[in-house]
Amino acid sequence: MAEKVLRKAESFYPLYERKGGAAPDVTHYCPGCGHGVLHKLIAEAIDDFGIRERTILISPVGCSVFAYYYFRVGNIQAPHGRAPAVATGIKRVYPESIVISYQGDGDLAAIGGNNILQAANRGEKISVFFVNNAIYGMTGGQMAPTTLIGQKTTTSPLGRRASNEGYPMRMSELIATLEAPIYVERVALTDAKNTTKVRRAVRKALKNQIENKGFSFVEVLSICPSGWKMEPTQAKEWLTQEMMRIFPLGVYKDRSDEIEEAGVQPTVFSAQDLQDSLNLPETDSASAKREPKTGVPEKYRNPRLKIAGFGGQGVLILGVGIAQAGMDDGYHVSWLPSYGPEMRGGTANCSVNLSSRIIGSPLVTQPTVLVAMNLPSLEKFEKDVAPGGLILTDSSLVDRAPSRTDIEHLGVPATKLADELGNTRVANLVMLGAYIAYTGVLDKDVVHSSLPRFIKRKALIDLNKQAIQKGMEFVSHQVKA
Amino acid sequence: MGVEKGLQVPKVVIREDECKGCGLCIQACPENVLFVQKHFNRMGYHPAGYQGEGCIGCGFCFYQCPEPGAITVYKKGYVGEEVEA
Repeated sequence: MAEKVLRKAESFYPLYERKGGAAPDVTHYCPGCGHGVLHKLIAEAIDDFGIRERTILISPVGCSVFAYYYFRVGNIQAPHGRAPAVATGIKRVYPESIVISYQGDGDLAAIGGNNILQAANRGEKISVFFVNNAIYGMTGGQMAPTTLIGQKTTTSPLGRRASNEGYPMRMSELIATLEAPIYVERVALTDAKNTTKVRRAVRKALKNQIENKGFSFVEVLSICPSGWKMEPTQAKEWLTQEMMRIFPLGVYKDRSDEIEEAGVQPTVFSAQDLQDSLNLPETDSASAKREPKTGVPEKYRNPRLKIAGFGGQGVLILGVGIAQAGMDDGYHVSWLPSYGPEMRGGTANCSVNLSSRIIGSPLVTQPTVLVAMNLPSLEKFEKDVAPGGLILTDSSLVDRAPSRTDIEHLGVPATKLADELGNTRVANLVMLGAYIAYTGVLDKDVVHSSLPRFIKRKALIDLNKQAIQKGMEFVSHQVKA
Repeated sequence: MGVEKGLQVPKVVIREDECKGCGLCIQACPENVLFVQKHFNRMGYHPAGYQGEGCIGCGFCFYQCPEPGAITVYKKGYVGEEVEA
């Protein structure tokens, strides 16, 4: 017997901590938004089927991008339009999971149009919930493929014209023409009667997946009061009178009953399978320990480096060089560049790991070595350096020493020394020379033999060798002095 | 304590601070027992309110409301934890 109470589903977080802010107990959706109602119907179904522990919901791009704030299930947020592809990957790797692709009309019908068609055509055993509100809501109400003829949006201010923008796309009809999908229905979040049909369709799409039957697609017509610039109650009228005329409700395809319920064979992964399929040699790679250069002082061993400077100073190449030479010397290595708006005029940086043990993450959040090629880099990363760590600065450009006292500092006038060689652009390799001479992490010979692998222009190899030499000499003079 | 014998009169409970005042529950209520309140809630919306009697426990408002936690409907025969005030 059903419980005699309708309340917030267990499949929602009690408090939306990921959302945070001033009101972490309410959704970010606008008043009246259909997403909230569909969320409730899905969460309720997940509760009732008892599948919360094995459900994975793919959030799209659009207003429902934050679905993972709310659903207490496995969550992945996919790039725009790619939810069906991500869902495919998850479902194939974990066939026993219940994978929900939750998408809006901009996401599914525009940028992800081909993604959904291909996933449907392959008959991926997933459940797709397609929220169609005939507009791009999140970005401020632009025209979508589903926008009605004559409908005014910010990008069709005079109303959509078929001659210019084509006709509203009927995704359910389109998908129903494909062979593989087993269930395609269009429903609408309007009155109580139609909402009951949405509830039933949501359950059917999930049940089909629980019974491992095939691809289910539910298109849910939904209001967007903000995007349509209407009161929620008025928006329901518009949906009923205008949208439902162009997007008729109904079952467009249903083979659910023809297909027998099938069991799921969970995929079992073993290291041996992987080794066999990739034809790898018989080694236990997870615990493989390499033996790079010995005799490195304890504090410089297995360094985690952050290398930062202006774009154009060669900081990324310096990182590649250290990683390349480290790899050639037998270290496990990683190199991770940081791209972004800061590439223009700000600081460029990369993270490098050299380790005798396998590396878990390429991120370097607490470097043991910071190479700061300019002042902003020192200011930005100094605080992150591990206590006892080493900071190398280009003292021709950084006119101050680090303010921390629990670290070691070496100023190298790299740019000045490079200039003496006739090319300021090899300051990075001067720094490399100084780094290896000071710490002993790598031998010069190894770096020399690695050079052609990261310096593309052969003509520059000699110059770079000289630069390395300059850096090494600087250190040996420093140490003597 | 809780409700042990089965609730005799259905009841709708609205958490005013979670209500965004969209009015869809009011529109959906077949008994017209929900209304827009005059005061503002913490988010600056006029929250929906329940007259205090007349709820038949149909749940129409629950399935119209976009906020997961804003409306709870206790139907006739409900047994469980105490119904909120």
